[in-house]
Amino acid sequence: MNAHVNQNSVSAIDNIAKGDVLLQVDNISLSFGGVKAITDISFDIRKGEIRAIIGPNGAGKTSMLNVINGFYHPQEGTISFMGQQRTKMRPYVAASQGISRTFQNVALFSGMSTLDNIMAGRCLKMHKSFFWQIFRHGPALDEEIEHRKVVEDIIEFLEIEHIRKDPVGALPYGLQKRVELARALAAEPILLLLDEPMAGMNLEEKEDMSRFIIEVNEQFGTTIALIEHDMGVVMDLADRVVVLDYGKKIADGKPAEVQADQNVIDAYLGVAH
Amino acid sequence: MPSKGNFIEGNEPVTLPQYMLLNSTRFADLTAMRHKDKGIWQSWTWAEAYLQIRVFSIGLSELGLKPGDKIAIVGQNRPWLYWTFCAAQALGAIPVPVYADSVAEEMVYVLEHAEASMALCQDQEQVDKVLSIGDQLSKLKKIIYDETKGLRDYDHTNLHSIEDVKKLGEVVLEREGDAHWLEGVANGKGDDLAVMLYTSGTTGKPKGVMLSFDNLVISARNANEFDHLDSSEEILAYLPLAWVGDHVFSYAQTYLCGYCVCCPESPDTVEENRREIAPTYFFAPPRVFEVLLTSIIVQMEDAGKIKKKMFDYFMAHANKVGEPILNGESVGFLDRLIYSLGEFFVYGPLKNRMGFTRLKVGYTAGEAIGPEIFKFYRSLGLNLKQLYGQTEASVYISAQPDGEIRADTVGRPSPGVEIEIDDSGEVLYRSPGVFVGYYKDEKATASTKNKEGWVRTGDAGFLDHDGHLKIIDRAKDVGKLEDGSLFAPKYIENKLKFFPNIKEAVAFGDGRNMVCVFLNIDLTSVGNWAERNNISYASYQELAAHPEVYATMESHIEQVNKDLADEELMAGAQIHRFLVLHKELDPDDGELTRTQKVRRSFIAERYDVLIDALYDGSKEQFVETEVVFEDGRKGNISATVNIGDVKTFPATFSQNEAAE
Repeated sequence: MNAHVNQNSVSAIDNIAKGDVLLQVDNISLSFGGVKAITDISFDIRKGEIRAIIGPNGAGKTSMLNVINGFYHPQEGTISFMGQQRTKMRPYVAASQGISRTFQNVALFSGMSTLDNIMAGRCLKMHKSFFWQIFRHGPALDEEIEHRKVVEDIIEFLEIEHIRKDPVGALPYGLQKRVELARALAAEPILLLLDEPMAGMNLEEKEDMSRFIIEVNEQFGTTIALIEHDMGVVMDLADRVVVLDYGKKIADGKPAEVQADQNVIDAYLGVAH
Repeated sequence: MPSKGNFIEGNEPVTLPQYMLLNSTRFADLTAMRHKDKGIWQSWTWAEAYLQIRVFSIGLSELGLKPGDKIAIVGQNRPWLYWTFCAAQALGAIPVPVYADSVAEEMVYVLEHAEASMALCQDQEQVDKVLSIGDQLSKLKKIIYDETKGLRDYDHTNLHSIEDVKKLGEVVLEREGDAHWLEGVANGKGDDLAVMLYTSGTTGKPKGVMLSFDNLVISARNANEFDHLDSSEEILAYLPLAWVGDHVFSYAQTYLCGYCVCCPESPDTVEENRREIAPTYFFAPPRVFEVLLTSIIVQMEDAGKIKKKMFDYFMAHANKVGEPILNGESVGFLDRLIYSLGEFFVYGPLKNRMGFTRLKVGYTAGEAIGPEIFKFYRSLGLNLKQLYGQTEASVYISAQPDGEIRADTVGRPSPGVEIEIDDSGEVLYRSPGVFVGYYKDEKATASTKNKEGWVRTGDAGFLDHDGHLKIIDRAKDVGKLEDGSLFAPKYIENKLKFFPNIKEAVAFGDGRNMVCVFLNIDLTSVGNWAERNNISYASYQELAAHPEVYATMESHIEQVNKDLADEELMAGAQIHRFLVLHKELDPDDGELTRTQKVRRSFIAERYDVLIDALYDGSKEQFVETEVVFEDGRKGNISATVNIGDVKTFPATFSQNEAAE
């Protein structure tokens, strides 16, 4: 599945050893008018790890992901990805650098089939000209076949063969989430951002999804940052956890450390003043 | 007839690996196997399949598989799992297929009892299962797997991928060639043990049925001749490997006549894959046909007016003339014309939708099929037939010959099979397919198979005037009511299950004063009805308890009572009271066997409060049940279940007799 990663990112990612910093977030602050969504947050994501971002509702988790993939632009602070500090960044630039994501509320093309949705994830990897593509002929067809192979690998990997041709709008929620993960994987990301991948799933679907996340991480070496509310899942999956509350970072460390942290317990359970 | 003696080039083969050898030349360019992988049907010719099997077999030998060793095969229908049968048999080892969905505890018993020294697992799930019980498997030395996904970081000391094993084989092939291996194949004899199939066991522990090559080869040859099957057939292999039917249809029969076996992409895509392949020879338990018919009816209910009208008109016509046309009887020109119009507008598209366009012969077996369902398929021009078989018989005991098809019999004795009914009404048979014995269970073998080779089926039945076999029930389940009238629970249950709204039924009455039943509603069919009638429900439990559902059930049971009143033997066993269970019967809870048969005594024990309530005249009863989820966790379901009464009818058979 790694055959088609574009040349720039290959060399850049190879220079970073497993366990070194892949993405560094420094003193980020983000506000919308008078509302401070994120205040002075710093943390890092290391290559090859599963990094969880947790926190109560409204803590700024999704905003943080949006900052990372360039959808929001923080007023203060810097982000560097693969050693390169970046200024104002557009989501498609982030995507072409190897950051892809899924959304909290599924954001698929609901009228299109599972296959087409995942093919859409390969969009950035298609290089043949518009002219060839509209005729779906010659070099464009060869290229499409190559991409289809990658997509079929992903379909097999995520065990969604039976819905290959079904329009995604008609699929159950658990499967839609899986298709969304498939689309994100189709971009062959270096860093994969998952926004509540297990929300609204039953136990079996959660177990499947956990299996897939671990597998993506181990088999393809993809670094993963995920937001999740199910503490059982987070504690099992994540190598390190960062905890946010009211836009501030209140803890950062291994799952067990974080779990025992008094600030975290107070944030989740509330504290008597 | 083949039997002892070595297989030499030019001789009639007697073992399946010898047939493979023959097929690799006589059918070299024909397609032996297909498997849909990554969205494309991959195929292998017999010559290619042979090369795969040879190198893998030699690899297995290198890995330590010896003659007489057992190798467990765990997983769904995949080319490599079928090839492993042949690869192991070529070495004189005995394959033991295991149900892919059996839980670890069930697997321990089979693997340990069979003394399996190796296990071939389809994927990570099965490997995990076997590893989790590893400490209880004293004989198991090696695990081999097909799909590599997820297994990369496992400890590979005793775990090997098929590719690794093939590499071992390649080394030997290059060094010494295949002469030694071929000699082993040639030394195979007809009475060698070919396979051990564990029966799912409605009662007690599973038993290992030992079948020889003679058993399989002769049964398969007879079956191929009976239905005129040849190398042009294509079948879809989707039933469990551990089930004798699949072993004979997808393995033995194809090795004899060289037809193509297609493995679906995944268990979820069977329907779609069947549509793509359009098998010419198809086998399914009645449930598959029921589900298919239900889904068609449900879709037609939602179809536009014109389509619905067309469907109704032509189906009514097919109902009238379809079967006579199929049976080759004389039918008027106009009727034939309308039928061919129907073929164009309705039957053809319908068959295409179901994947039966090219169907030459279809079989249903395992349970009784509803006469309406049976007739529906036959009236479309599909040659659907019934057969009766057992693992112990290498499947075939009786089958319906073309042109002698009836919904309520299982046909004449198959070629080479003799049938006898003993004094108690139990069906006995003797045939070349009769099994060698139960593995490590002399006592059970002796009580099933006598010295002359007659085998007890455990089923009660009789031969009717035309020599057709009719099965009533399990012999041991046939009981008597207090007043002495015959009580055949399955007979009653099947009559109930023929209604699309009823998914399962369990009848009680042995030694009691009346017959009472538990029902499970069919969620697809009743759910669709509820939707159309604006009845909202949140769960199976809620819908099952709905008063209107109860009223429908009552009318169905009344209909059954009317039918029963018309039959000489069964009139006394009409249903007096019923209830709809608050949960669906489930193999995970032990209520059904893995082949979806009800375990009556287990259910009776588990729901004893409900049975008491049925017989003490209560109107409702509170019940609490422990359920096991798919991941093995447990939970509780509780409900207050209503009990309904049903009208019964005076016996009418005497009048009928008088009329005759």
